Amino acid sequence: MNPNRRAPLVLVMTVLVYFFLYAPIFVLVTYSFNSSKTNIVFEGFITQFGDAKLVDGNVVQSPCGPFHWFCELGKNKEVMNAARNTLTIAFISTISATIIGTLAALALQRYNFRLKAFSELALYIPIVIPEIVMGIGILTLFSQLFNYLNTALNLTGNLRLALGLGTVIISHITFSVPFVALVVRARLAGFDQSFEEAAMDLGANELVTFWRVTLPMLLPGVLSGALMAFTLSLDDFVITFFTNGPGSTTLPIYVYGLLRRIITPQVNALSTVWILVVFTAVLLLQWLQNREVKS
Amino acid sequence: MLRKLRESKSFQGTLLVTPTLIFMVGLLIIPLILTAIISFGQRSSDGGVIYTFTLENYTRLVGFSTSCDNGAASCFDPLYVNILWRSLVLAFQTTILVILLAYPLSYFIARAPAKRRNTFLFMVLVPLWTNFVIRVYAWMMILRTQGVLNGVLGAIANALNIPFAPLEMLYTPGAVLVGMVYEFLPFMILPIFTSLEKIDNSLYEAAADLGANTFRTFFRVTLPLSMPGVVAGTILVFIPVMGTFIVSDILGGRQVILVGNLIQRQFLDARDPTFGSAASLVLMVMTLVVTYFYTRKFGLGEEIIIA
Repeated sequence: MNPNRRAPLVLVMTVLVYFFLYAPIFVLVTYSFNSSKTNIVFEGFITQFGDAKLVDGNVVQSPCGPFHWFCELGKNKEVMNAARNTLTIAFISTISATIIGTLAALALQRYNFRLKAFSELALYIPIVIPEIVMGIGILTLFSQLFNYLNTALNLTGNLRLALGLGTVIISHITFSVPFVALVVRARLAGFDQSFEEAAMDLGANELVTFWRVTLPMLLPGVLSGALMAFTLSLDDFVITFFTNGPGSTTLPIYVYGLLRRIITPQVNALSTVWILVVFTAVLLLQWLQNREVKS
Repeated sequence: MLRKLRESKSFQGTLLVTPTLIFMVGLLIIPLILTAIISFGQRSSDGGVIYTFTLENYTRLVGFSTSCDNGAASCFDPLYVNILWRSLVLAFQTTILVILLAYPLSYFIARAPAKRRNTFLFMVLVPLWTNFVIRVYAWMMILRTQGVLNGVLGAIANALNIPFAPLEMLYTPGAVLVGMVYEFLPFMILPIFTSLEKIDNSLYEAAADLGANTFRTFFRVTLPLSMPGVVAGTILVFIPVMGTFIVSDILGGRQVILVGNLIQRQFLDARDPTFGSAASLVLMVMTLVVTYFYTRKFGLGEEIIIA
């Protein structure tokens, strides 16, 4: 007996909530094809191909046709720079956080040491304090430290320490490590140690056992931890907002800046591309995981 | 001696956790201590910090200002208390609304046939992958006076021959509430689903056999057993809502100022990091106190880890 059938209210609510979740996405994507440059009212699609032509603030003709704003996006140097920064930060911080977090998970699950309780507590901090508190804390640390070092070491010009890609990457590693450690540790907890014991009995040393037995078994956990760190980094606004400097603008920061100025459908085109890229990436990853399970 | 040390389990464990500790201590604990120290300091004329010990930032936060418009030595202005209160109320409203919306959906997914569950769950996650800032922007497009919602309402009114004037929805507290609910809804669905999925079907059957109706089964079986999920979801929603400033910034304009906006402005526009630090510490203490009492009453949801 399916209880859903007995509760029409549940079904109605479900449909409404899904509608609530998807309506904004639908609006976002539709407006990326808007012919209106001010993008407040949807004026229709751009139907004509040819040299760009503007009538009353409406694009009536474009070399890219309906995909006008996507072509404009590709030509926008600021967007391309921001995209490159976003990916650089995400890749470096994900790789670092995954290694650091996996090591911590191994330590916490497998070893007893004096700082264990303290480490566990420290890893909970980013989860229980608001992001803004962490953001301004890191900002304060860097600005005070850089101020002090710049004066003490008499650094000038290019040598002066300032906020930039480096500070953003370090901050992203900080908030990603606890999540990687949590995910990997959960995987380790349901882990049969007899495989490792067997490897050791058969003469493998600790290092070989780790590489040939522990790591392959741990890999799905490590990968989902890495995926989580990558998503967190891509999506982060608050911490990046406080720790970025000139030249290290990321896409979320760039979009936020635009929202306070003039918005053309380029922002929507950017959102559409963003959704498509992430969607494809996740589908690909699911497909890979399913294949792994089957084999 | 050295060899013995290297082989000791305790040493190996410490070694493995050292990089994590460097980050957690260096970039979380030390900054928090620094924030606390600065909150007792004084602002210098160039927006820097003079390290002294004064409670001035805190007295200003609770409403006793030392620089009054009428020239008096001190006067009461509840501006900041109001901001803190408003943030707290909004966080509670958001959390309650999110639970009310997330629960039926999570229940539906958990009771759906196993092979379809993943697809339904996947559909919850897709909106989450668009960026946080982009999602706020989408609501800006929907709610503004010439926006999508007014367009739809206007069309309906037109069809029914009712006179219609576009509603002013953007830059209101309601807009901020809708934006917050939208941003954090998936964070409630996942943990509630996880705890609902664990409930054995036989429990529902037993309840039905013993004569409980749907209503009674829900309040005596389903709800109590899914509480860990609700608790975990509440923590995942309440804490970020308390500190978020983009939603109120974009959807509230200058009308809705939350503690997050207050802190952000002290660090960027007003250039008073000492006052900003004090506000930030008060925010942290407020969320920790609420979370502490909440988890003490309902227990800490283990689902927080899965989510």
